[in-house]
Amino acid sequence: MTVEQPAYTLEKAEQTGSGVRDTWVIIPMFNEESVIGDVVAQVLTAFDQVVCVDDGSTDRSAALAAHAGARVVRHPLNLGQGAALQTGFEYALADPSMQYIVTFDADGQHQIADAVGMVERLKAGEADVVFGSRFLDERSKPSFAKAMVLRAAVGYTNFTTHTRLTDAHNGLRAIRRPVLEKLDITQNGMAHASELVAQIGALKASYVEHPVHILYTDYSKAKGQSLWNSINILADLILR
Amino acid sequence: MKIVLIQLVLIVVVVITAVRLLRDRGARTQAVRRLGLLLFAAFAVWSILFPTIWNHIARLVGVGRGTDMVLYALVVAFLSFTLTTYVRFRELETRYTKLARRLALDEAGPPQLAQAGPPQQESPHAGS
Ligand SMILES: Nc1nc2c(ncn2[C@@H]2O[C@H](COP(=O)(O)OP(=O)(O)OP(=O)(O)O)[C@@H](O)[C@H]2O)c(=O)[nH]1
Ligand SMILES: [Mg+2]
Repeated sequence: MTVEQPAYTLEKAEQTGSGVRDTWVIIPMFNEESVIGDVVAQVLTAFDQVVCVDDGSTDRSAALAAHAGARVVRHPLNLGQGAALQTGFEYALADPSMQYIVTFDADGQHQIADAVGMVERLKAGEADVVFGSRFLDERSKPSFAKAMVLRAAVGYTNFTTHTRLTDAHNGLRAIRRPVLEKLDITQNGMAHASELVAQIGALKASYVEHPVHILYTDYSKAKGQSLWNSINILADLILR
Repeated sequence: MKIVLIQLVLIVVVVITAVRLLRDRGARTQAVRRLGLLLFAAFAVWSILFPTIWNHIARLVGVGRGTDMVLYALVVAFLSFTLTTYVRFRELETRYTKLARRLALDEAGPPQLAQAGPPQQESPHAGS
């Protein structure tokens, strides 16, 4: 399958972007060749700087992401989404003009408008961290079982971290630099989401939740986390 | 009601090994582990020479037979082995993650270069 992607040039990004290069969008990526080109191109309509952390993909994800205009950092082997996020954090921190980061999924489930709204709230000084939540309104339609697992996960996270969130395992977040500097994700796998919340809670950073729309396409459902894996995630959390 | 004593002992041992092995991971833990192994080996030799020792211990702590005692001891040994292995694998994972991250970041170069011009990466059709 060859999808011909038009090269996304920098001038185009400059026309559409905000002009101020203070935001990095961090996309953890693992074998997403069929969607990553479109995802990067879309993100670049609203943000200037995108880094895809390719986690040892065995397909053409890295090349397609670079072709679409993203910077690509490549793990030599698959480490997991949490490890990829921490790598993206350190990459963004190496840019002294970075003030805000957004974490964004590579599988096309997130909306650009939501990310823009979240960064605006950071810039307005509303909080240090904006968490996306799919449970603040009725737009996202996870399956019943998935919703149950996510509710259980956020219940556990709230219980163990003294935070009050409605959706802790959401890949869409926006974080200010001072908080980012103090984060250190050690959970390589999917349990990093709770770890991140716990660290932000321990830092006593201010946070708000932002309603986001998570698309459940057939593609994302086929590729996403199985319910069985949620048992592994729970074990990682408890045994840590 | 004699069985309660062995249950108590076993539970305490399991919890203490678990907590110890999970909490401190320094030279001391390793030393304790090695000493433990030595003692274990010495005791194994002894109990081979005098098999009845297990019966004595069993009676001492309130288990009926020596074979049961061996089983309990094995359970404890196996549990602590599982735990140490888990902890060591986690440490190993942390190390190679840092290594891989360093490699990845060095290879990618500084992010400021992103502003210099259009992306210079290989074409997606290079194939790999
Ligand atoms: N770096 C890295 N990214 C991964 C890995 N597995 C998944 N991802 C990325 O993480 C993002 C979300 O992964 P999903 O598996 O869809 O997880 P999710 O969105 O939390 O769960 P769903 O609600 O089931 O979609 C996507 O951008 C994936 O490409 C991995 O092993 N390494
Ligand atoms: Mg997903």
